[in-house]
Amino acid sequence: MKFSLSWLKAHLDTDASLTEITEKLTDIGLELEGLENPADALRPFRVAKVIEAGPHPNADKLQLLKVDDGRAEPWQVVCGAPNARKDMVGVFGPPGTYIPGSDFTLKPAKIRDVESFGMMCSARELELGDDHDGIIELPSDAPVGTSYADYAQLDDPVLDVAITPNRQDCMGVRGIARDLAAAGMGTLKPLSLPTVQRGGAGPDIAIEDTEGCPAFFGCTVMGVTNGASPGWMQARLKSAGQKPISALVDITNYVTLDQGRPLHVYDVAKLKGGLVARKAKNGEKLMALNDKEYTLDETMTVIADQADAHGIGGIMGGATNGTDENTTDVLIECAYFDPARIARTGQKLMLTSDARQRFERGVDPAFLEEGIGIATALVQELCGGTASEITRAGEAPTEQNVIAYDPGQCASLGGLDVTPDRQKAILEALGFVVDSNWQVTVPTWRRDIHGWQDLVEEVIRIEGLDNIPSTPLPRKPGVAKPTASPEQLAERKARRAAAARGLNEVVNWSFISEKEASPFGGGTWSLANPISEDMKVMRPSLLPGLLAAAQRNAARGASSIRLFEVGRRYLESSEHPTIGLLLTGENRARSWQTGAATKFDAYDAKAEVIAILAAAGAPTDKLMDFAEAGDHYHPGQSGTLRLGPKKILAAYGVLHPSTCKAMGFKGSAVAAEIFLDAIPLKKKSGHMREAFAPPALQAVTRDFAFIVDADVAADDLVRAVKGADKKLITDARIFDLFEGPSVGEGKKSLAVEITLQPMDATLTEEDLKSLSDKVVANATKLGAELRG
Amino acid sequence: MSASEEIAEKYLGQIAAAGDGDALEAIRVAALGKKGEISLLLKTLGKMTPEERQTEGPKINGARQAVADAIAARKDAMDSEALNARLATEKLDMTLPPPGAPKGSIHPVSQVMDELAEIFADLGFSVATGPEIEDDWHNFTALNIPETHPARAMHDTFYFPQTDDSGMPKLLRTHTSPVQIRTMMDVAKQTNGAGEPIYLIAPGRTYRSDSDATHTPMFHQVEGLVIDKGIHMGHLKWTLETFVRAFFERDDIELRLRPSYFPFTEPSAEVDVGFSVEKGRRIIGGDSRSNEGGWMEILGSGMVHPNVIRNCGLDPDVWQGFAFGCGIDRLAMLKYGMDDLRAFFDGDLRWADHYGFDALDVPTLSGGVGA
Repeated sequence: MKFSLSWLKAHLDTDASLTEITEKLTDIGLELEGLENPADALRPFRVAKVIEAGPHPNADKLQLLKVDDGRAEPWQVVCGAPNARKDMVGVFGPPGTYIPGSDFTLKPAKIRDVESFGMMCSARELELGDDHDGIIELPSDAPVGTSYADYAQLDDPVLDVAITPNRQDCMGVRGIARDLAAAGMGTLKPLSLPTVQRGGAGPDIAIEDTEGCPAFFGCTVMGVTNGASPGWMQARLKSAGQKPISALVDITNYVTLDQGRPLHVYDVAKLKGGLVARKAKNGEKLMALNDKEYTLDETMTVIADQADAHGIGGIMGGATNGTDENTTDVLIECAYFDPARIARTGQKLMLTSDARQRFERGVDPAFLEEGIGIATALVQELCGGTASEITRAGEAPTEQNVIAYDPGQCASLGGLDVTPDRQKAILEALGFVVDSNWQVTVPTWRRDIHGWQDLVEEVIRIEGLDNIPSTPLPRKPGVAKPTASPEQLAERKARRAAAARGLNEVVNWSFISEKEASPFGGGTWSLANPISEDMKVMRPSLLPGLLAAAQRNAARGASSIRLFEVGRRYLESSEHPTIGLLLTGENRARSWQTGAATKFDAYDAKAEVIAILAAAGAPTDKLMDFAEAGDHYHPGQSGTLRLGPKKILAAYGVLHPSTCKAMGFKGSAVAAEIFLDAIPLKKKSGHMREAFAPPALQAVTRDFAFIVDADVAADDLVRAVKGADKKLITDARIFDLFEGPSVGEGKKSLAVEITLQPMDATLTEEDLKSLSDKVVANATKLGAELRG
Repeated sequence: MSASEEIAEKYLGQIAAAGDGDALEAIRVAALGKKGEISLLLKTLGKMTPEERQTEGPKINGARQAVADAIAARKDAMDSEALNARLATEKLDMTLPPPGAPKGSIHPVSQVMDELAEIFADLGFSVATGPEIEDDWHNFTALNIPETHPARAMHDTFYFPQTDDSGMPKLLRTHTSPVQIRTMMDVAKQTNGAGEPIYLIAPGRTYRSDSDATHTPMFHQVEGLVIDKGIHMGHLKWTLETFVRAFFERDDIELRLRPSYFPFTEPSAEVDVGFSVEKGRRIIGGDSRSNEGGWMEILGSGMVHPNVIRNCGLDPDVWQGFAFGCGIDRLAMLKYGMDDLRAFFDGDLRWADHYGFDALDVPTLSGGVGA
């Protein structure tokens, strides 16, 4: 909401300085967003008189002027304006002046060999209008030598104030003045309501849609002349950022901005019969003032005559009934529209306007009489004509809310102790009526006040939030108790474990493109209004985002890329916290010790998965190897780690070349996803560990080498070997894998180191022999042969 | 000089001159071997009279001991020389680089979330989470933002074609405030509507259909909620001051509360934090009234609207409290001096290396929450 200081002062009687006013606005919740003074750019320009005008010796269209701007010595000015002549008074910019409308700074110059100092200016050059046919002509008694900005009263700062959606009453300058007055910035001037001479019957007005348009007041003014509005009104409209159009249009805009009261003016000659507020017909089309056609439906209210709809009620008038320079008879509409109806219609049509903004927030329902009176008086004052009686159709909801208030609530909710007398004074200055029992009647223009909490806000915002003393929260004595849940702790540890292992955390968009989602089964959640096609589908996997991030890094020349992200996957039924990781490029850089660089393989991904799972608290000793990592992985170089066939904790592997290609990823990558919400988390029950004493006896190791069929899984062999004595064998580990002619076609050799931990007595040769036999026997069941 | 002393003198000379272990061994055999000169001399003791023995014994034994010690000492010296000579051949260029380990990093958003959790844990707040794909009721209606409310237009909501049970389109949460609603409803349910104190923060991803230099369609927000008896705006002010001073680790930070409007709080306040300029960069804290200093808005807050408390099944005449919401990305930028929000979501490893945090930079109260 923009307005000039002089406009504010038309409603507010104040001695306060501009700074006091602007600071107070922000303090009471009307945040100052901008402050500009249009005069700042015009300060150097002075009222000046042409004391001599003669022909330019070298150019027919130029004149040579002597200009008096109050300086001792007149200026010699070469001027091309056709209206420049002796004794005229205009606006002069001396050398060194910046010309805002032409964006240059005046310098003494030679024009066709004659020296010229400064310039007599046109309206356009001063950004005061579009006129550039000649220089500005001022009345002959304009005081030569004074600042033009002062003379033309342009020295009027423009305030830009952010109005929060609850404060419709401050979408008019008068409402802002009322708030400032309540906050001690002077007194609100009484509203001067004009008396209008009326005669003759009012227009035919009817309401069919009483829900959408509860009240519709109207009158006609016949025999008007629609010209330009006067300078004061134009100046105010310009300060609000509006372009003056014609007196009739300007009046409606002005009352909207001045009083927060939207109006509409129809050209009677363009109407067929009286007006009716009715529901639109489904599919009814209307060309609005903004020259766009809208298709309406029966949830919307239109103002129509016998033939056509002439406006979307409370939002925008039609293009065909507006006033123009030929208008002689007008119909003024001052109606009350249902706020919710306006909001829905506006949302549906995606159409906003000054009127909508005010009606949907709820204009003062008790101001229709005043509104139409002010408008009629302005029409008569500026355009003449005879006003009819007012036709009043329907009734606006003017019943007032009464709130039972306890002044102690100001301290108990607002934390600020304000005396009851002061509270009463604040509320009354804002227009509330407070009776002796603290029953507070809410003014009709404050539709945002519903309960005592709202009254507390009114009091403390005027009194100043800065005055609220800080009060410590009640604190339980002692050290703060832990608050993190097991899931939060698991996620934190997993994240830091990943970073400790050399992975870099990234945060990728939750939405990806359909193309990216499709190799991962597509996404269930596809935005209806995405910001772009690249950000459309809620990701079913973290891998597309990681691949894209890896690709960006590779394009920037990164040689070794290790990324992870902790975030959610969005599946049909719910959102799943997940860690995604991706490794690509060099695993180990080339080095003087180890030679050429190495690439990542699926086991690198598996190692990260196991380490991160361990950090998150998963029982990694119980993990089982399974395949079926998903189609986006290499079918032979991927796997899943599970606790039982259906409890998948992680999937990992080399990404399928087709997936990489579909994503536009060049090269190969290994990746994994850890499904955090699948990890069983133990509830903490005290700090005691299971009792343990290190065994007194030393552990011994034994090695076995087996020849097995090439497709036997190493993990199966390990499990078989461990099964020989689950108590004694504490570990079994594959330490060698060999394939070659010496072990035979389709075969491989796997060497296992088993660790035996005797607890009670040292193992005898017989013990070891019998255990070895069992190990070999178990391995044999898998078709393994002990290698000789 | 006695004969034994002369013999000892001779061998000590030889020992000192011995060039290697073999020569030393030859000397030992010649002096102390079975038939060695000193060994033979010792054997003569048996044939001596007790008087002779008394004078000769210590001399001969002394000679033996002196030679044996000299041989041992000489041998040690030789071993040491040999070891030094061998070590000298094993010299490496220690300026060569050792094998490197990859350097990982924690994203600033995660780091700041951990910092928030740590600070607020000390104030007794726990961390709550909720879904990002929300329904209209939790994101808007329950928060006192009905369908026709003009504030909805400020939210630039992302919608899905899917609808919830009441036929409203599902959406991406525009703030973390729905977590307030879910938590209060849970509490109301668990206590059969009686209610109990709630102190929580809810950090997480939030979404608005907005994209320019300073807005991204996805961003991070932290919500704070206190519901208790007798809580007022003074508590809100203290909590925010305490939080901001702990987070930025400065005591000279001032807050300014400005009246504002949020449908879910009443009264509502926007909160500005004072900044000053040091070395050309804006620093939170310091003299905000100095020439280059000023105020910047960092969060929105207010007392939870009675309608919101009622919508969650609690009695607003019994329970009262405050809520606040703040951008996590912005907090990170202000604290650690990043100026480009979009870089948060780019995954550039060079950025991660510069602005990221070490795995072991775990925020603690004793060590400070800033890394």
